[in-house]
Amino acid sequence: MSDAPAQALPLNDWHVAKGARMVPFAGYAMPIQYEGIMAEHKWTRESAGLFDVSHMGQLVVAGEGAEKGLESVLPADLSILKEGRLRYSLLLADDGGIIDDLMVTRRGDHFYVVVNGATKQGDIEYLQEELPSGVVVDHMKEQALLALQGPKAVDALSRLVPGVSELSFMQSGAFELGGVTAWISRSGYTGEDGFEISVPASRVTEVADLLTEQPEVKPIGLGARDSLRLEAGLPLYGHDLDRNVTPIEADLGFAVSKRRRAEGGFPGATRIIGEIDGGTITKRVGLAVEGRQPVREGAMVVDGEGNEVGRVTSGGFSPMLEAPIAMAYVPTALAVEGAAITLAQRGKIFQARVVPMPFVPHRYNRKGAGK
Amino acid sequence: MSLYFTKEHEWISVEGDTATVGITDFAQGQLGDIVFVEVPSAGTQVAQGGEAAVVESVKAASDVYAPVSGEVLEGNPALEDDPSLVNTAAESDGWFFKLRLSDPGQLEGLMSADEYKAFADSQ
Repeated sequence: MSDAPAQALPLNDWHVAKGARMVPFAGYAMPIQYEGIMAEHKWTRESAGLFDVSHMGQLVVAGEGAEKGLESVLPADLSILKEGRLRYSLLLADDGGIIDDLMVTRRGDHFYVVVNGATKQGDIEYLQEELPSGVVVDHMKEQALLALQGPKAVDALSRLVPGVSELSFMQSGAFELGGVTAWISRSGYTGEDGFEISVPASRVTEVADLLTEQPEVKPIGLGARDSLRLEAGLPLYGHDLDRNVTPIEADLGFAVSKRRRAEGGFPGATRIIGEIDGGTITKRVGLAVEGRQPVREGAMVVDGEGNEVGRVTSGGFSPMLEAPIAMAYVPTALAVEGAAITLAQRGKIFQARVVPMPFVPHRYNRKGAGK
Repeated sequence: MSLYFTKEHEWISVEGDTATVGITDFAQGQLGDIVFVEVPSAGTQVAQGGEAAVVESVKAASDVYAPVSGEVLEGNPALEDDPSLVNTAAESDGWFFKLRLSDPGQLEGLMSADEYKAFADSQ
């Protein structure tokens, strides 16, 4: 990360007026918390939280050959991606390492791609290099992005956007929200039902006001965003994922579509397809840590002799489980439910066991799930 | 009884040659929701400015330093069951440890309540 002063996002003044504590993140001043991480976390799990994620990169990939071009850098099968549907995917390097994780939506004659804030510049350069000359990558800097997450998000948003409840998980469409054109998808990063809402930056303050006027909704900071995604077992780029791990090591094999496994044709395909069949040396798992003290990113996974055999990539205290949880890369032989894992942090030993993720069940509004 | 403060946001309440140490209300507000506290056990020798305890919030771990040198008499057992006492009562029930001062002269370099308030306001 550079030492450049943190840039202000479109909602900066709104956050400050709401009492947020602002911190530098991904080159921007971002709200880490308002009333407190624990309260905000629990509010999101029981009601609805509004997150400003305008630091993320919103891209349009358009032009003849956009679909094939994107398939040359992503392991997704875009040929079966229907209009308005979105998919989680990975931008891959030639050695199979992960350059970024992203959401890709088919939207009319183009693809709408949302990438991480800290990596967006590099992603854009990589896409421009790799995509055929007829394909244009437009960084929509004029768009802001909000996420409304939680079991009551649908009640709050439906009041402002009739019909939005028709969307199922991983579907999206164009709507009007208080007179503002909004692209809304039913997706998010908390494990809860919820929506991601792209609106013009020039109108985002009024949209944020409208949303937080709903009794179910409170603004939520980055701190709770991190603890929520950790409980949901969702990896964070730059921490749980980076260029040194492949999708299979990261246990994201689901992101490599069936047709692409058969056909290849994406960066690192030989290695990744080989790993699907033959396995990997290490694998990302979820850990339940004994005691109450959190084990953080950077803690070592050690063997019986104290040798480092893996590393914790995210760790913290789960507000819902009231216990420390973590994600770590461990030797594949230990990547089985119930396996005992020993961790070392600042000279202290911790015991943990491998548990399935998510740590807290997802509550997405899946189509046909019934209610 | 005299009350002193440090630039590391600890408070120390001194009575004779014994003292009670904790973190300030300002510090707990900065840390946010506290989920774990590790206090030193009785008999531990701590040196002024040295690590004496660990406090963990949801988002990060922080060290707590000894404001003065001495021998730990007792860690606060209540913090093991309820670390959030540090949030609700930082400068009373949420104390971290008691110690016997080995060099009372070290107190002279610490801040008074008024000096600390001005310092915290400038942070």
